Amino acid sequence: MKDIYEIRIHGRGGQGAKTAAHILACSALESKHFIQAFPEFGPERGGAPVKSFLRISKKPITIHESIKEPDLVAVIDPTLLLNKELILEGLTQDKILIVNTNKSIEQVRFDLGFKGKIYTLDATKISLECLGRNMPNMPILGAIVKVSKLFSLKSLKQEFEKEFKNKIGKENVTKNTDAMERAFNEVDA
Amino acid sequence: MVKKQNKLLPLTGNEAVANAMRQINPDVVAVFPITPQTAIAQAFAQFVADGDVDTELVRVESEHSAMSCVVGAAAAGARSMTATSSAGLALMWEILYVASSTRLPIVMPVVNRALSAPINIHCDHSDSMGARDAGWLQLYSEDGQEAYDNVILALKIAEDKDVLLPAMVCLDGFITSHSVEAVQLLDDRTVRRFIGAYKPAHPLLNVQKPVTVGPLDFFDYYFEHKRQQIEGMENVFKVYKKAANELSKLTNRKYPLFEEYKTKDAEYIIIALNSTCGTAKAVVDEMRKQKKKVGLLKIRLFRPFPKKEIAKAIEKANVVAVLDRSASFGSDGPVFLEVANAIHDMKKKPILAPYLYGLGGREIGMAHIRQVFEELPKVAREKKTPAVKYINLREK
Repeated sequence: MKDIYEIRIHGRGGQGAKTAAHILACSALESKHFIQAFPEFGPERGGAPVKSFLRISKKPITIHESIKEPDLVAVIDPTLLLNKELILEGLTQDKILIVNTNKSIEQVRFDLGFKGKIYTLDATKISLECLGRNMPNMPILGAIVKVSKLFSLKSLKQEFEKEFKNKIGKENVTKNTDAMERAFNEVDA
Repeated sequence: MVKKQNKLLPLTGNEAVANAMRQINPDVVAVFPITPQTAIAQAFAQFVADGDVDTELVRVESEHSAMSCVVGAAAAGARSMTATSSAGLALMWEILYVASSTRLPIVMPVVNRALSAPINIHCDHSDSMGARDAGWLQLYSEDGQEAYDNVILALKIAEDKDVLLPAMVCLDGFITSHSVEAVQLLDDRTVRRFIGAYKPAHPLLNVQKPVTVGPLDFFDYYFEHKRQQIEGMENVFKVYKKAANELSKLTNRKYPLFEEYKTKDAEYIIIALNSTCGTAKAVVDEMRKQKKKVGLLKIRLFRPFPKKEIAKAIEKANVVAVLDRSASFGSDGPVFLEVANAIHDMKKKPILAPYLYGLGGREIGMAHIRQVFEELPKVAREKKTPAVKYINLREK
């Protein structure tokens, strides 16, 4: 692992890109990493493209600049793939892209022209089946944990439960963590 | 005390500050929302609703009222706090002076944000820098941890009988306020023991000893009262050291007046405040590996300004770049002016290089800071202070 592992998450306002980065940060901290998670703030409105960022490190993180060359980019909303420049910004060909899509890896590679590692999952479908609603950020979390290998799925699920048990109840927590687990198992990494 | 069980928590800067306020458990907190401070008021209101504090939470209709409310409460004898940003601080202006001149030790987190117009919610230091002559202490914070520590430290200093002045604790809007980072909190009891029970100096509510607050004070005594206020601010230095040492024993973290990061043998030093200092440290580390003698001086206490100590800390450097995140239209940046004043009568002194950066949240990254360091040898060769340079700005 390089000194600081950097992740960028693309979503649309309301899809939980910020929450995703936050949960990852909590889990990483619990797994003895140093963390920094921050959203990009523009005019806030539902549906607009948004980004959130995460740094994970074995050493304390002092830098406070935006993430320019991420090690991993995750795309929560499949329609954002139409904006190639946005998704691939600063993502060099040796890095990782995780995409919520029902398309094949080959098709995504062709559409984006990205030569690095691509992992796909149908997070929308998983979310609809596990949660009964479209919250694709939850399966994406499972995929990020699987691909990045920074910490365990167990740690992710535990932190989610800790953060959300009082807010959404045990039953809904389980539905969300099931979605994470299913994505974790389905992503071929 | 910091024990093993005081583990690192994932908190935003605002949450860290709100937790410091929870542990202080003030008698009165006035709240009014303004981005990016709002999350402090929100988190604190939650603590009130949950019964974690027994604070009287006053929801006011403007920042002018928020400051008026805490002035009234503090004069009555209550430990009082509020928090604000940007235009909110600007609207408090009149009452900021009433708070300091009435010697009321109010502590107020200021989440630094640009001033309008055009409207901008992002970070620069125009808000708190504009209030630097309002008679408040000003502490600046690199990250959420430092903001948390500074709130507790500021309260201890402000309430000291030799000081009795209000204090602002500044942190960068969004960059610090909305970033989740690892923060270690002290135990509630440890904080409460450190700050002690509040004993107001001259409370209005003490009917045994009636006092008048805020009477007319013309050419007869006004000047003497201002002289005392200046004295109170001077006293901060000795009170600061004592309080900082005491807090340091509890946290195992250090609270110098300013942080000297690899400056001892540095030929080139950058002076800055708040979150940019963290980024600058990473640049210093990187350039030190390439045997470049560079360092960072991070200002923590800006009011009062420790000019003698800072002058001494930079006297051996060739060039010192001073990075201002607020413009003083028609003059140099406020931090530059302070540093220039600090070194003006030294026999051998470094050349200063003024920089303006980051207005309205304009990005400052490692590459920008590296570029500043790389420009400094040329300044050394030319042996004179160059015109102000703008970092990461489009110019024809």
